[in-house]
Amino acid sequence: MYMRPESLENVRTHYCAGCGHGIIHKLLAECLDELEIRQNTILVAPVGCAVLAYKYINVDGLEAAHGRAPAVATGLKRARPENIVISYQGDGDLLAIGAGETLHTANRGENLTVIFVNNAIYGMTGGQMAPTTLEGQKTLTSPYGRNAAEVGFPIRACEMLDTLEAPAYIERTSVHNPGAVRKTKKAIRKALEYQISGAGYSFVEVLSMCPTNWGVDPVTGASWVKDAMIPWFPLKKFRDRPAENAEKEAS
Amino acid sequence: MSKKTVLMKGNEALAEAALIAGCRHYFAYPITPQNEIPAYMAKRMPELGGVFLQAESELAAINMVMGAAAGGARTMTSSSSPGMALKQEGISYISGAELPCVLVNVMRGGPGLGGIAGAQGDYFQATRGGGNGDYRNIVLAPGNAQELADFTVDAFDLADEYRIPVMILADGFLGQMSEAVVLPEPTGKTFEKDWALTGAKDRNKRLVASLRLAEGSLEAHNLHLQKKYDSITQALRRFETYKTDDADYVLVAYGTSARISRQAVDRLREAGVKAGLFRPTSLWPFPDKELHELARKAKRILTVEMSLGQMVEDVRLAVEGRCPVEFHGRAGGALPALDDVIETVMRFEREEVTHVHAS
Ligand SMILES: Cc1ncc(C[n+]2csc(CCOP(=O)(O)OP(=O)(O)O)c2C)c(N)n1
Ligand code: SF4
Ligand SMILES: [Mg+2]
Repeated sequence: MYMRPESLENVRTHYCAGCGHGIIHKLLAECLDELEIRQNTILVAPVGCAVLAYKYINVDGLEAAHGRAPAVATGLKRARPENIVISYQGDGDLLAIGAGETLHTANRGENLTVIFVNNAIYGMTGGQMAPTTLEGQKTLTSPYGRNAAEVGFPIRACEMLDTLEAPAYIERTSVHNPGAVRKTKKAIRKALEYQISGAGYSFVEVLSMCPTNWGVDPVTGASWVKDAMIPWFPLKKFRDRPAENAEKEAS
Repeated sequence: MSKKTVLMKGNEALAEAALIAGCRHYFAYPITPQNEIPAYMAKRMPELGGVFLQAESELAAINMVMGAAAGGARTMTSSSSPGMALKQEGISYISGAELPCVLVNVMRGGPGLGGIAGAQGDYFQATRGGGNGDYRNIVLAPGNAQELADFTVDAFDLADEYRIPVMILADGFLGQMSEAVVLPEPTGKTFEKDWALTGAKDRNKRLVASLRLAEGSLEAHNLHLQKKYDSITQALRRFETYKTDDADYVLVAYGTSARISRQAVDRLREAGVKAGLFRPTSLWPFPDKELHELARKAKRILTVEMSLGQMVEDVRLAVEGRCPVEFHGRAGGALPALDDVIETVMRFEREEVTHVHAS
């Protein structure tokens, strides 16, 4: 039976059919419920399709400028270390205009959680090329397909952050089928648990569908994640420092 | 207990004053000529259990300020002109979200990378706002190390009272100069922040945002902000006058330019010329009515700036043609020369005499 998590508002979202944001919101809300941290959580919303995330999730909300969510979250967490701070961002937000803030927040090992929704496109502005747009992928601003020779290759956020010493937890998951959705929930939950225990920076990248701007139906959208995105963005736990440390101690 | 006088650089006096005011969250990126402020904070914050964080850029610093302010903290960032340019986006968002914070600009010459010597070329940026949208920030203009300290303590109260960014607009000369300072006392004022984000425990959730999409809601917000700006304009026009009572020639200057202008007034008085100084200590709101009153009695006004003419536009708006408004400025890190200011007023005097004789 479907139960609406208490942390999810009982309102219609503005997301399109088959969009990944709604699924990820629900997973986040379930985790907030299960960890009983709804009343302690502050959500930093990005500029992107999830700009109104704070309308759908029943927690205190703070809206950052495009790309600046990690810096805003840093200031907030430094001022209120007792709160759980989540920065929810899209690929344009996190890897283009906010790449600097992303990198340095991770490098400082800020004790906060970043949920990165990678849909390989700028959803909100109608489908322009993102830093994660795949080679050959057609968008409004790459009408002949992304040409890596001209604009570079799609950036792998997890792999990049995995070069840094400080982050505690880095994982890439997806929401293209029920199994993947379950894994995403586990990853988000783990990331939040690590923030609660003070382990440091946790980062969950979720491959997500934007059927509207990919110009496909929801079903095709889900298979495109599997067939096109996952080969370039492998689903993987890149780092789990607390678990690695526990293992070391045990052996 | 008698208050102790200490010798401090202007930048350090400002930093210590921020701590006195209860600022425990400071975020900045290094830039000359304000580097003493982050260095001071880096040393002192850990002693006080506060947060000093060197941000990766001014963009990040101002957004960290936004986050800390949203959490209810007294927070500050400081920079100099090129860095201040980068902060403008954040200032606009903070203004839209009505968050209190203190911003410090220890100005240097521009445009671009410009130079590192003090200047006053960011008057437009500070008073008009370099960010997008209809917003205002309170801008205070200290004239010495003592005021750098005093105005900073006051700035935190004003920011909390009006939920607005308050900028201290200083310049490199003020920041670098060592002067005697009596460190201010905390004001003890407290402000209830029933909008701060603390987690929705036993209450409805709160939202701090600048986005307003529902039809009419943004204009309603703009009107709300404007009402606030109007009441600040009524309550906060600040200035100091020096020998203006009988002045034929009123010099208008702030910051370092005002120090030079004040010397010029003394020398002109010695020479028998009735000069005075009007020194705005708030640049927004600008003390326009008060200047207008002086202009009714004055023969001429001379605006002196370390720029090629920015505040002079506000002076002209205030004077509304009551008397001629002249300008003397130096730019690019140069100081107005005392003799040049004096000679300019002497020339006015000669011209006025000739004018009277001719008529
Ligand atoms: C400074 C600034 N530049 C540009 C924009 C316009 N803009 C809004 S959202 C967006 C891209 C969002 O894409 P992404 O981060 O991938 O989020 P998605 O909508 O795909 O979830 C852009 C360019 C803006 N709001 N602010
Ligand atoms: S445009 Fe794409 S990302 Fe935005 S709501 Fe629609 S499907 Fe989701
Ligand atoms: Mg996107």
